[in-house]
Amino acid sequence: MANTHDYEGMVAETVPITGANGDTILAYFARPTGPGPHPGMVFIHHLPGWDEWSKEAARKLAYHGFATISPNLYHREGNGSPEDVAAKIRAEGGVSDDQVVGDVAGALKFLKSHPAVNGKAGCIGTCSGGRHTYLAACRVPGFDAAVDLWGGRVVTAPENLTAKQPVAPIDYTSSLGCPLLGLFGNDDKFPTPEEVDQHEAALKLHGKDYEFHRYDGAGHGFFYHHFAAAYRAEAAVDGWKKVFAFLDAKLRA
Amino acid sequence: MCTMIAEKVAIAGSGKGKDGWFPLAQAYVAFDHPFHYQAEHALTLDFVNESLGHGARVAVELPAGAARLLAERILAALSEAESQGAAV
Repeated sequence: MANTHDYEGMVAETVPITGANGDTILAYFARPTGPGPHPGMVFIHHLPGWDEWSKEAARKLAYHGFATISPNLYHREGNGSPEDVAAKIRAEGGVSDDQVVGDVAGALKFLKSHPAVNGKAGCIGTCSGGRHTYLAACRVPGFDAAVDLWGGRVVTAPENLTAKQPVAPIDYTSSLGCPLLGLFGNDDKFPTPEEVDQHEAALKLHGKDYEFHRYDGAGHGFFYHHFAAAYRAEAAVDGWKKVFAFLDAKLRA
Repeated sequence: MCTMIAEKVAIAGSGKGKDGWFPLAQAYVAFDHPFHYQAEHALTLDFVNESLGHGARVAVELPAGAARLLAERILAALSEAESQGAAV
């Protein structure tokens, strides 16, 4: 973070990137304009869409020195308010895992070819984006860190798998290619504390580099200051500190 | 997407959205994260017409108890209409 006499600046704008199947999709790219190069981050938005909070989170990461790109995973649904588009996606059972993985791979490629990026990159996401983060960290080579913020359905019973989400992300654990930070609320139902236990057991089984932190009195979405029922100030403040400590350690070393 | 509990059904009717009345063509029913109702999950109803663009949408978010009550009252009203000879 800059000192008071340091130059500080940021550019945050919509850019086209090449996503899954060679499709052009839009992404929000927030990057510091101070001396670089900077570590890169892919921010994966949550079920409610490519919304104000997601872009705010990208700018927060940029403020902390990470060139951050957030692909619009719902781009192919066309133009509309983030909420209206997300409602349609929700009704259709989400977007396919393969498409998300391709879009995230495209975002990572964009970062790694950008002159502002130092060659290291991580991914981070909340809610469904936490699940997608874990999928990407397992299936997309090239990430140096991953942050799963309360991703639901990483552990999925076989009867709950779908054509779009045919494999439980936990089953990719042996392929996890980078250190993982996970933050979870103990009152969450997606994932439950028991599912987080299962995830942690799989990480241990495969000898993965991870750290999980769990917060009492917090449920799903405890960073969401725009959603009063979910927000837990103490957990959110501590959680963001843990996110930046982890990313600084893994992407600036 | 966290629950993946979602249904989509073709319907007819009219809905009043942000630009006034429009013909309805589909309804989405889900139990997942609401956008506005202050709870982790809610029964969400979206009455839409996909051919008119994403903005042709009437959205409702209900806690489970209210959703059940509403469903019961809808069915009760339809039964009463049927018993009174209304075409349903």
